Amino acid sequence: MEPVILTVNGTTRHLFVAPHRTLLETVREDLDLTGTKHGCELGECGACTVLVDGTPILSCLTLTVDVTDAEIVTIEGIGSIAQPHPLQRAFGEYGAAQCGYCTPAMILTAKALLDRDPDPTDEAIEEAIAGNMCRCTGYLAIVRAIASVAETNR
Amino acid sequence: MTIDPHHGIVGKAAPRVDSLAQATGMTRYVDDLSFPGMLHGKILRSTQAHARIVSIDTSAAEALPGVHVVLTGTDLPVPFGLLPVSQDEHALAIDKVRHVGDAVAAVAADDPDIAQRAIDLIEVAYEPLPVVTTITEAVKVTDEPIHREPPRNNRDREMSLEFGDVDAGFEAADHIREDVFFYQGNNHAALETHGAVAVVEEDGRLHVFSATQVPHYLHRILASVLEMPEGRIRVTANPTGGGFGAKTDVFSHELVTAQMARITGRPVKIVLTREEVFYAHRGRHPVLMWVKTGFISDGAITAMSFKTFLDGGAYGSYGAASLLYTGQLQTVTYRIPAYRFQGVRVFTNKPACGPKRGHGTPQPRFALEVHLDKAAEELGLDPITIRKRNLVEPFTSTVNHLRITSCGLSECIDRVVETSGFQDRYRNLPGGRGLGFAVGAYMSGAGLPIYFNDMPQSEVMLKVDRGGGVTVYSMAADCGQGSTTMLATVVGETLGLNPSELVLVTADTDLTPVDLGSYSSRVTFMAGNAALDAALKLADLVLTAVADELNLDPDVVSLGRGVVLAGDREIPWAEAVRIAEAKWGLLVTTGTYKPPKDIKGDYRGAGVGPSPAYSYSACVAEVDCDRETGHVSVERVWLAHDVGRAINPLLVRGQIEGSVHMALGEVLMEEQAFRGALHSGPSLLDYKIPTVLEMPQVESIIVESIDAEGPFGAKEVGQGPLLPVIPAVVNAVHDALGIRIDEIPVRPEKVLAALDDLERGGDGRYGPTDLPNYTFRSPQRVDPPPETVTV
Repeated sequence: MEPVILTVNGTTRHLFVAPHRTLLETVREDLDLTGTKHGCELGECGACTVLVDGTPILSCLTLTVDVTDAEIVTIEGIGSIAQPHPLQRAFGEYGAAQCGYCTPAMILTAKALLDRDPDPTDEAIEEAIAGNMCRCTGYLAIVRAIASVAETNR
Repeated sequence: MTIDPHHGIVGKAAPRVDSLAQATGMTRYVDDLSFPGMLHGKILRSTQAHARIVSIDTSAAEALPGVHVVLTGTDLPVPFGLLPVSQDEHALAIDKVRHVGDAVAAVAADDPDIAQRAIDLIEVAYEPLPVVTTITEAVKVTDEPIHREPPRNNRDREMSLEFGDVDAGFEAADHIREDVFFYQGNNHAALETHGAVAVVEEDGRLHVFSATQVPHYLHRILASVLEMPEGRIRVTANPTGGGFGAKTDVFSHELVTAQMARITGRPVKIVLTREEVFYAHRGRHPVLMWVKTGFISDGAITAMSFKTFLDGGAYGSYGAASLLYTGQLQTVTYRIPAYRFQGVRVFTNKPACGPKRGHGTPQPRFALEVHLDKAAEELGLDPITIRKRNLVEPFTSTVNHLRITSCGLSECIDRVVETSGFQDRYRNLPGGRGLGFAVGAYMSGAGLPIYFNDMPQSEVMLKVDRGGGVTVYSMAADCGQGSTTMLATVVGETLGLNPSELVLVTADTDLTPVDLGSYSSRVTFMAGNAALDAALKLADLVLTAVADELNLDPDVVSLGRGVVLAGDREIPWAEAVRIAEAKWGLLVTTGTYKPPKDIKGDYRGAGVGPSPAYSYSACVAEVDCDRETGHVSVERVWLAHDVGRAINPLLVRGQIEGSVHMALGEVLMEEQAFRGALHSGPSLLDYKIPTVLEMPQVESIIVESIDAEGPFGAKEVGQGPLLPVIPAVVNAVHDALGIRIDEIPVRPEKVLAALDDLERGGDGRYGPTDLPNYTFRSPQRVDPPPETVTV
């Protein structure tokens, strides 16, 4: 077990983790942040996406010991049911979530995009979420939801 | 009688009631549950495709520190299967394994790593048996059938039916066409893998949480296999991370999780890996099809003969129904005066197939719609004319005794033809581009339950608290399709209440009355009707009490938005319910739905296909094909769907777009293919589903035929829109390149082979030519219903 200090959603956490423990296991099982999902655990589906220093990464392919000095943000860190992030509200309003399983990862990926480029084109939105699979919506509503938030940034 | 919405709730695009929970990560899927002292389970799966189990040595696994229980087949000896006719599975294999990935043993341990190490320590000695992986092999006589039942071959089920005089129909035809098609199997690939958590509660009862679409069926099978009274088991279906039919069967992991919790007294969780999902499967059947149709020269169909051969994999599952679905719904879109259907489902040493979105109907729909396209060309008709010539009429009976009521198919066709500019652009697009057209139809719920009984198929209960809050109780399981939102909308519309302010208690066998589950697109029609029934009764109780209290004629008392309108007074809903509770006591109402009895024929097999209403769809697809690489890109899709009435247009559009996505995956890239008996790529890297970059623009057109029996006129939307997309794309490839790909998926290598054939003077066709050497029984002859239109 390795001692690690993580900053997750603005809170500093002191943990002991096995060297092979993935960031996905750490956030879900050690920190109870179950909004981050596992869909394949092989880096194929994107459902485990979290932000590390503002960049979307696949937490299932990331070792916790490798991100000790980074700023980690999960879906729980950007808004709540009481104070949702505009993207979280837009996903409901545009029907961008059906089963909802890919939704936290999609929203974090979209947030990273909008933080970098507040008014992206539809093509840029598609490029950004191309690594996130959704099996329910056909993606079109997701693009519309993200574009609607981008529009308010204008 | 249709009840018209007037509160502006039904018909309004609104977010799902659980949308913020989903978007903030609060929704609790089964893998998000954990309990103090919870153990983690793993399943040992067969490395053999077909083998006798000579011995299993679990001693090393049992001795590993941290291991609490090890199970093998003999620990759960009661067989099960979703249908009464398919009791051919065990929670863990007994005596022999039937496919790679068949469950053999299970372990529960302190953590998943220990459980996996214990699994690796289990020694299984197998005696290999002959392996069957194709339909052609499976119809042959064998000394070692996969299931040991006479006769000694691998036939699971056979159907042979004839409605009307088919031979006479062919004799009356001016033109006869025959085609052979193959549709490869594919997987649901829901983003959430399957999982279950079982807990022994304080009162000693077993509580099983599962990612299931069918808590009621899971409840029944758990009781049977675990040999416990149903009352000692509680099943909760967590919101599932996508279903599409994957989670309508009962699986090994659900049964062994429950048994291991029962033995240890500790909570136990098993979540499948993605690889295990591909081997647990229950996805689309590979189907080989032959269709022969007689036409008179104006395109009218005189007779049709349809044969299907289904590769069922190792178990029965829903297969008996899947088989019939490959034959029954052809008549729901077209008037076919005489119809013969012969089909057989065989066992092979591969993961069992089952229901996937469209259950057994996308395969024949693909065959039929491509076949009609070819026939139109030979008859000198355009693709629209030949369909319109044969279109089913509303309020008729089909030759196989299905009751057609509302039907917006004609309008669906007109709308996609018009918006896509089909008539001008078909056959006229430049190099490599093409347009294709097709239609489809689907059930708004299976007319009959899985196990035969006369009880309602959906039951809903409403309870009112003293603050005016209304709680809706229903076992309908939300697998992402929005059933919970639908219930809230129907009750909200009926009572004039905001759907987001209702309390929804769903999918829990302790708390909610029975709903058969989220399959066959039944929930909006059936649970929606049950909810409407309960809400109308509640409205009646409240309005009667208010009228009594104010000494008013009940006719002048009605519901407004959040108020009771009593003469010239407006009484707030919360006050009205207090008046009602004072008069009636506890305000609880129940509603039920049972399909009419007269919607099915009287023949063996008549139980599959009937539905209280059918949805209709029409599709135009535009493709851009690359002659060099064989790559087909779908550029735009126009999809019109007759949903009866859109309870929530936002969710209806979502189902249409999602159906297009899934259909495009099936038609262009996805295949549950095998190298021998090994899956050729059991991961989402190898099994590719469309990403956003493959998604075309979709023009969703909602057609409302207002069904007289649907809740507020509604029919289904979850499955039907998938059906026409697949043949529309295939027909578009023909328009673009002049080739015919008679096999799904349309992979680039098939396109190149067909182009090559065309260049060398062939007919430019890629697809199967031969049928297995198999003789069907003589058909069961069924007279058409008297009102059937004959040519």
